[in-house]
Amino acid sequence: MSELEPPYLYPDYVGTRLRAPAKPLINLPEGFNDFPAPLFPRTVADLDHDLTRQHAGEPIGERIIVTGRVLDSDGRPLRKTIVEVWQANAAGRYLDQDDQHPAPLDPNFTGAGRCLTDAEGRYRFITIKPGAYPWKNHRNAWRPAHIHFSLFGSEFRSRLVTQMYFPGDPLMPRDPILQSIPDQAGRDRLVSQFDPETTVPEWALAYRWDIVLRGRAATPFEDEQ
Amino acid sequence: MSGPLTPSQTVGPFFGVGLPFEKGEQLAPPGSAGVMRIEGQVLDGKGEPVPDALLEIWQPGTGFGRARTDSEGAFSFTTVKPGAVPAPDGRVQAPHFNVTVFARGLLRHLVTRMYFPDETEANAADPVLNLVEPARRETLIAKHCDGVLHFDVRLQGERETVFFAI
Repeated sequence: MSELEPPYLYPDYVGTRLRAPAKPLINLPEGFNDFPAPLFPRTVADLDHDLTRQHAGEPIGERIIVTGRVLDSDGRPLRKTIVEVWQANAAGRYLDQDDQHPAPLDPNFTGAGRCLTDAEGRYRFITIKPGAYPWKNHRNAWRPAHIHFSLFGSEFRSRLVTQMYFPGDPLMPRDPILQSIPDQAGRDRLVSQFDPETTVPEWALAYRWDIVLRGRAATPFEDEQ
Repeated sequence: MSGPLTPSQTVGPFFGVGLPFEKGEQLAPPGSAGVMRIEGQVLDGKGEPVPDALLEIWQPGTGFGRARTDSEGAFSFTTVKPGAVPAPDGRVQAPHFNVTVFARGLLRHLVTRMYFPDETEANAADPVLNLVEPARRETLIAKHCDGVLHFDVRLQGERETVFFAI
């Protein structure tokens, strides 16, 4: 694979040590992975993109707009494709029974949303900026603030689960999950940009992040050498 | 060309708030005619259960399912059996599901296949199973077990599941 993708085994991220396959993956002949992406059976409601309006009150935190385009590797926009997101609250706590670190839950924040891209491949979420959180991977390990993204695209091979980071976060160089991507250019692709054009005065800052999924024609092997 | 693809990152341990959804594991309603149950466990390199994995199964024409593992690393789906699938080279592929595995500790997802134990002939002729060394093929074929199909995913180590590059 390209140096822009993380390896399966990255010992600094302790969780990979017993979960990375030890045997090489088997390459399928050309065409065997070329079939359509799953038909996602879950519907999307009008307000599913707004993580600040899922409860009676507003969540605590810095309100932000996160927007961008979903493209395939040939530059074509992916229309009406589902984008799923989940994240910690402003204090860095997930609404998950396994997240027990001593930061408060927010009764007005679940931290999950989804939307469909528009005719230009654009997605838009309204949320609050997630906090950093400790994760015990090594002494004093803290994850940089991030939002998890899950996308299907149009092909089975387009599937992507990844994380979006925020510009200037001092935790990024110390984070083995982000640093598992060998190439700085690859890591940079996961960092959103502050987007003053989309910022709404007196209401919300905005971050822009474009996502490129593997298209039908792209093979992961051609640029290997 | 490969284009400036966006790299993958792990699904992490806390995807439960965002990805699993009600009846996501039901490609067909349990109890109706022809519906089978698939059960299995996701295990790590020490044979320990992986309680924070998410599996997706997909076959065009049959449907899509998504299920997370529980504290024992166990997951289940209910579905009808897919039919045989034409291969791009004109041959026929035995009935199977494409299985995608996400977990904390997996920086990229893994792709494998689940074949059916009652398809001995079709499995023997399957062009993908035939790419796999014979001793490892059994990791891709579910087993009949008390009326359900059993399919474990071993991420690493002895009897490691065969995974495919995508």
